[in-house]
Amino acid sequence: MAEVILRPTGNFDLTVEAEVVTPDNFAGKNVQEIGKLLVWQGPQQLPLTDFFEVKGNGGSSAQDTTIVIDGNVSRVKRIGEGMTAGKVHVKGSTGMHVGNSMAGGEILVEGNTDSWPGMEMKGGLLHIKGNALDHVGSAYRGSWRGMTGGRIVIDGDAGNQVGGGISGGEIVIGGNVANFCGTRMNGGLIVVRGNAIRTVGAEMTGGTIVVGGAIEKFTPGFMQTAVESNLKFNDIECPGEYKKFAGDYAIPQKGKGVMYVSAENNEDL
Amino acid sequence: MAGTIAIKNGYVFDPLNEINGERMDIFIRNGKVVTELSAAELKDAKEIDASGKTVMPGGVDSHSHVAGAKVNVGRMMRPEDHYKYYQKKTPLTHSGSGYSVPSVYLGGYEYSKMGYTTVFEAAVPPMEARHTHEEMRSTPMIDMGGYLVLGNNWFLMRYLKEGDIEKAAAYIAWMMRTHKTYGIKCVNPAGVENWGWGENVNALDQANIHFEVTPEDIIKGLTELNEMLGFSMPVHLHANNLGHPGCWEITRDSLKIPRNVKARPKDPNVEWAETKINPQRHESVYLTHCQFNAFGGTSWRDFESGVKGITDYVNSHEHVVMDSGCVPFGDATVMTGDGPAIHDLYVLTGNKWSNTDVECECGSGVLPFTYLKNNPVHSVQWAMGLEVLLYVKDAWKSIMTTDSPNGGPFIKYPQVIAWLMSNKARQDTLSECHKWASDRADLAGETREMTLNEIAIVTRANAARTIGLSHSKGTLGIGADGDVAIYDINPAKLEVSDYESIIRAFENAAYTVKGGEVVCQKGEIVAIPEKKTYYTDITVNAEEEKKMIDDVKNWFKYYTIGFSNYPTPEKYLANPTPIKIDAEV
Repeated sequence: MAEVILRPTGNFDLTVEAEVVTPDNFAGKNVQEIGKLLVWQGPQQLPLTDFFEVKGNGGSSAQDTTIVIDGNVSRVKRIGEGMTAGKVHVKGSTGMHVGNSMAGGEILVEGNTDSWPGMEMKGGLLHIKGNALDHVGSAYRGSWRGMTGGRIVIDGDAGNQVGGGISGGEIVIGGNVANFCGTRMNGGLIVVRGNAIRTVGAEMTGGTIVVGGAIEKFTPGFMQTAVESNLKFNDIECPGEYKKFAGDYAIPQKGKGVMYVSAENNEDL
Repeated sequence: MAGTIAIKNGYVFDPLNEINGERMDIFIRNGKVVTELSAAELKDAKEIDASGKTVMPGGVDSHSHVAGAKVNVGRMMRPEDHYKYYQKKTPLTHSGSGYSVPSVYLGGYEYSKMGYTTVFEAAVPPMEARHTHEEMRSTPMIDMGGYLVLGNNWFLMRYLKEGDIEKAAAYIAWMMRTHKTYGIKCVNPAGVENWGWGENVNALDQANIHFEVTPEDIIKGLTELNEMLGFSMPVHLHANNLGHPGCWEITRDSLKIPRNVKARPKDPNVEWAETKINPQRHESVYLTHCQFNAFGGTSWRDFESGVKGITDYVNSHEHVVMDSGCVPFGDATVMTGDGPAIHDLYVLTGNKWSNTDVECECGSGVLPFTYLKNNPVHSVQWAMGLEVLLYVKDAWKSIMTTDSPNGGPFIKYPQVIAWLMSNKARQDTLSECHKWASDRADLAGETREMTLNEIAIVTRANAARTIGLSHSKGTLGIGADGDVAIYDINPAKLEVSDYESIIRAFENAAYTVKGGEVVCQKGEIVAIPEKKTYYTDITVNAEEEKKMIDDVKNWFKYYTIGFSNYPTPEKYLANPTPIKIDAEV
């Protein structure tokens, strides 16, 4: 497995769009060629070496290539966009759109991410050890077709619109979420271990949401159908007792979504 | 010399002059087709070697939603339509984005790449005319014009109810001039007004709320007024009940209404290009997007193609011309002045939906839509769109459109042309479709393959003739505008079973020539030409007009804008080109 190390050295006052930083693009290139790949900063295209010290050659294929970003790149967007194989390991935090549309491989972020991690993701694993802002695994603005496959794991909290419009794959949030978690969802699985504020599953037409904590304001278009205990979705386990709901009845495709809500933490429901 | 060009040795298709693939030269001087160029002129002129290529007049789209308020709503409510489909700017061209509803610049470039040089906006609500003109002015590469939506206009409905035909005529003439529009569009007559009350009309003899006029009254009234005023084009009709199973019957019956209305287009004071075929229309009604108006069955369960019921009527009558509204599959944005039809699609799909009521005039709705091969209804709609064009025996009665972007965006035209020209293309697609495409429509058994000449008719010659523009468009006759499309198709070697090559050729014309200047070459824009905006300027009896304007001013208290802000001044138009008609009424 070849390893390419990028150490941030440049001026990131203006954010940098680095969709070229993927194992697919680095594979088959030596250290000089990788350094010459162009990224956008504002209106200019500049070589990667203007922003990073590059060490190591790419592997023979994406599968054989690991990219290690040795530092904080919270002003760098689109890392790992569209990658199909290989690994990206970010030792700090990233900017927006990390793993956007990724189809395979693995991204590990030790720190936090900005919004849009795993937007419209198709496959692979995106693991964020810190917190994420809005639109985790969701559809692009205006679209109702979010993530279709793969898995996103966020150990910390996430913001608004987690899994907006997702139709496949899994999102597991270790902490809390804000508003509109699973809005317009039509398939797949979202598990939130912590709390949610409001509009969980609003306009959902399929798929499953599990909320292990408390929901501050429950979405009105849902009806309770059962109580179940110790849920298990393949390797994802949700211990405890859950109230099971169907919804959202507020739109024409009524009640095809499933929502489990912790019984213990939502006694008033 | 600008606008002077010699196109040598191409296989020329000019149906209005009965030129069917003859190898000949086309000469253009100062932007107009001429018999020949002098030796001195030839020395300075650009010369294109078109040997082994197909030469047609520039494409004419007589029905496309490309500019105006609802088109812009389609852009605004669909960022997802834009972020994956975009084009960078070049030293010559603007950037642009949008797949099913492109931004104005991109839309102009994309039409030009396909060899189109003239496009008419299908529906201009009067109050939105200024917005429409602002967008048309900013759409490069193509000459344009728009049809004024009048089928549910309060003033006209009242005049028709009262039988005050003179005032109605004066009103239409004044409205065309005021809004700088070209012809009469009639959308779901009487029904859109009812939509203001959450209802629709379902029969031609059903009177609407308050105004108490029926669709029949409006179709009859507008078609008669159209001929009284001598418009260059027939009334452009979007029939009632559109998009509902079984609607083909009401469509056919609507076409019967103006069967005795004799077409009387007044000769506008223009120089006519030489044509062998009569360039003036003889039809009193131009039905639009027939496919959407030809649904059979009684529900979505027994839904089937009802195209034959309409094409049988069209084949046996001379007063009807229509465009197809083909469905090429994929992403689309449905947008129409037919508000209730779009509401029904919202209920069906649950997609995001926009609805607008245009005060005393009309309405509209917009909704994203995706046509899928494995969806039973969509697959039948695909077959129906092609049936419309293949079942009409005389190509001079039909025009190829996708009702862009309703059936699909206009950039899919090359794909539609391939289906029309190649039975193998149709059979290959049928094999990927839901079985309803074979079971609920007869397309599978249709073996007709359109010739290049017929394609030239349905994509330019007849579109231009129908809307009364063959004095300068849709032909390469002497005196016509020097708009030419040259395609990489050698008719002598054409194998229609290799339909991919047809698609490629029509997607990117080898050359698009506009006004005698090469503007696009193999998909690359190389020049931004001047463009014209057509509108109809009809003179009517001044006294009648004055009485009518008193009415309008009196009712203008119901409008949210002031009377003086209502008109669109000429400065909003790129090279305003009025078609002047003296109506003598």
